[in-house]
Amino acid sequence: MSATVVTPKRPEGHYRASGSLRSEWTKLHTVRSTVWTLVTLVVASIGVSILASAETASHWATISAADKVGYDPTNLSLSGFALGQLAIGVLGVLIITAEYSTGTIRATLAAVPNRPLVLATKAAVFGGVAFLVGEALSFIMFLSGQSLLSGRAPDASLGQPGVLWAVVLAGVYVAGLGLVALGLGAIIRHTAGAISALVGLLFILPLILKALPNSINDAVGQYFPSEVGSAMASVHQQAHTLSPPAALGVLCGYVVVALGVGGWLMVRRDA
Amino acid sequence: MIEARGLTKRYGKTTAVNGLTFEVRPGQVTGFLGPNGSGKSTTMRMIMGLDAPDAGSARINGRAYGDLAWPLREVGALLEAKAFHPGRSAAHHLSALAQTNAIPAARVDAVIELVGLGSVAHRRAGKFSLGMGQRLGMASALLGDPGVLLFDEPINGLDPEGIRWVRNLLKGLAGEGRTVFVSSHLMSEMALTADHLVVIGRGAMIAEMPVATFIAQSSQHFVRVRGPQLTGLIPVLHGAGATVATDDDGALSVVGLGASAIGDLAGAHQVVLHELSPQSASLEEAFMELTHDSVEYRGDAPSSPGGPTGLRRSAEKVRSA
Repeated sequence: MSATVVTPKRPEGHYRASGSLRSEWTKLHTVRSTVWTLVTLVVASIGVSILASAETASHWATISAADKVGYDPTNLSLSGFALGQLAIGVLGVLIITAEYSTGTIRATLAAVPNRPLVLATKAAVFGGVAFLVGEALSFIMFLSGQSLLSGRAPDASLGQPGVLWAVVLAGVYVAGLGLVALGLGAIIRHTAGAISALVGLLFILPLILKALPNSINDAVGQYFPSEVGSAMASVHQQAHTLSPPAALGVLCGYVVVALGVGGWLMVRRDA
Repeated sequence: MIEARGLTKRYGKTTAVNGLTFEVRPGQVTGFLGPNGSGKSTTMRMIMGLDAPDAGSARINGRAYGDLAWPLREVGALLEAKAFHPGRSAAHHLSALAQTNAIPAARVDAVIELVGLGSVAHRRAGKFSLGMGQRLGMASALLGDPGVLLFDEPINGLDPEGIRWVRNLLKGLAGEGRTVFVSSHLMSEMALTADHLVVIGRGAMIAEMPVATFIAQSSQHFVRVRGPQLTGLIPVLHGAGATVATDDDGALSVVGLGASAIGDLAGAHQVVLHELSPQSASLEEAFMELTHDSVEYRGDAPSSPGGPTGLRRSAEKVRSA
């Protein structure tokens, strides 16, 4: 063979994280599932928060004194995340499981063979989007909830001690839970399986726990993701719940474990 | 240049790829032939660093895939049809890939035009036919203008026009000095496209040789001989240097002598013939014979003496060479 070997021109150095970040952003915003899950997150979270705040505002006079003891208007206005968290979790799962189910993952890993970098850039781009959406949503939910409570039941303002932190941390929880779901997706790799695991973790396990003796529920229940999220979005710490900083720490632990195991398995397993 | 050294992949007790060693050189199309399930795709995934070998290694331009500086600018691959998100457009799919390797956006438009997807580039790729999906896969392989290209069954799902297009594209890429490695289970297609062959069966190497050699060896003609009293003719034919096999119906398949020479010998020894007909095996039959042999060779069943075309012998010759 007399043909010459082709060596097309290429830039100096090595493929970079910045390219992967741009690529992951392109992949995130060019599929409809991203838009739909984020719309669901917004509608479900705001809807539930408004309903809960309006309900309390209209029945404040008839609420028992015992129930009023633990009353936390900030947490009440952020309660929509209890439902909305599922939507951000589904998006986190889909970001990676859709690549496995469609075979796109092999194109992705052929372009960027460094698998931890692939997962890290996915986490950075998606985590960033989830954080921005979560924060915006959190403030909207807080302000609309307080305006419904205002004048009819005790309300909260951002200037009160701990309130701003609770609102900010609620947005952080949205991003953190999304990243836990991304890690679950990387571990399980199948959309249905990963979403089932997510639903189990968020909604089923706490129900099962409630059937167990109170001592166990009190000791363990506070560490479940939904309870961690509620604790982060609280101003008044309830019995058997974590303080906001402790809850933030537990959430970070979940994120590190989920992404760490997911990344480790990505490296170990065949794509 | 692609180099495989003792590549081995096991799934439980099954050995999908068994100690494959071969080289794929630049400037020619190397066909990777084997029946379905013989380990071609697994081998390609190991070359691409997607599956980890249990033993051995694969190198591209002297490096493991994971050590390439700009993978898409060095290696392009079409590993499966429809390896893209059905909800994303072809243009967005290619843009996302291009961004990872700092490939300019203009190149995305160029490869879209090159594969003929210009009119549908912004439509959701889930609506694509299998053939359009293959073209999108080709576009992603060509995206980084790489010097090494791997295509796994690229003509699957293509119409005759598309098949001819792929054939010319592969030859053109090799003609530019690139390394082109293309798998197929169709010998006839490889005879038209490839310059060199790597043939595997059950994950093990059967033959590595130029296509021309394979064709010369396997299109070996034989002559079918039928008659009432052939037993006396067999030693005569052997004596003349032919290989003779007796078929189930008592007819002889003679390799190594032409019909006229056999007729002359029969006449000289006063053997009555009822049939004397030249036959030739198609390339596809030759390929099946070759790979079938590898299956038997690896099993416990004793291998039958050379078939009518004598191809098993040539396969064995190749293997021992």
